[in-house]
Amino acid sequence: MNHEDDHDHAHTHGHSHPTHLEDEVATGPAALAEAVISLLVGKGLFDAAEVDRMVADMDARTPAAGARLVARAWVDTAFKERALADVNLAARELGLDTGAIAIRALASTPEVHHLIVCTLCSCYPSGLLGLPPEWYKSRSYRARAVREPRAVLQEFGLELPPGQRIEVHDSTAELRWLVIPIRPAGTEGWDEPSLAKLVSRDSMVGTAVPSVGRG
Amino acid sequence: MRVKALHSPGHIRTPAYLRGREGRLVAHLLDLPDAEAMAYGRREPVVAHWRVRFVMADLWPGYDGDPTDTLTADLAQGWLEPIAEAA
Repeated sequence: MNHEDDHDHAHTHGHSHPTHLEDEVATGPAALAEAVISLLVGKGLFDAAEVDRMVADMDARTPAAGARLVARAWVDTAFKERALADVNLAARELGLDTGAIAIRALASTPEVHHLIVCTLCSCYPSGLLGLPPEWYKSRSYRARAVREPRAVLQEFGLELPPGQRIEVHDSTAELRWLVIPIRPAGTEGWDEPSLAKLVSRDSMVGTAVPSVGRG
Repeated sequence: MRVKALHSPGHIRTPAYLRGREGRLVAHLLDLPDAEAMAYGRREPVVAHWRVRFVMADLWPGYDGDPTDTLTADLAQGWLEPIAEAA
């Protein structure tokens, strides 16, 4: 310790920090992120309020948007075709802004079950589902989903019926994938909001399937 | 087609487990910015990307799932080279 430490450490570099970054001392990647944000704000590329707006925008995105899209696809075959061609465009019909990155959909059928992974990092259709769960980003999921997908699904409590093959999709480009799961039996005549409640986040990644009575 | 077995330095978006492997084109996806160039801040070139399907049992010796199980990846044109159709 020297007397320098007695000096007042008020910010003198001409900008404020987002308050949520100052609550505790950041370490590791968080410290790096804070340093980079601080430098970019200092350079005037954007300001702290814009960072907060971007965080708020991402936090506001939830799987409920994806569930609405799936429910519409279940009740409207023509919409489903449009969603399979271009999720971003189809989502706009529902008033959903899916962000800048292209999202495409794959519909599971009794013949094929689709499962999404990003082995290289954690590419995920955040524009429709919000931030990915921790397990989706784990090395274990990323490595095993492409190598032993059936064992991974079993650990999620999902056993595929005999005769249904699995197709794993490794998201390796500037494009995100979303699964449209199979509409469960016993939902004939249901309205869209009721159907959407059956569509979990995991079912749109392919680690679960919607069902009636099990939530 | 076959995925080129390149080991070029720099940022690579073609996973190692697919390099040198043979698969089938499923569909042309989009012309997208080359992610390998994006890593260095460039939005160019925009290149064709293809969905390519591989048979799991070809990728993983001893694969114990269903023999019809498959994997697809979204690969940039430059990583793909044509091969003769298997008999």
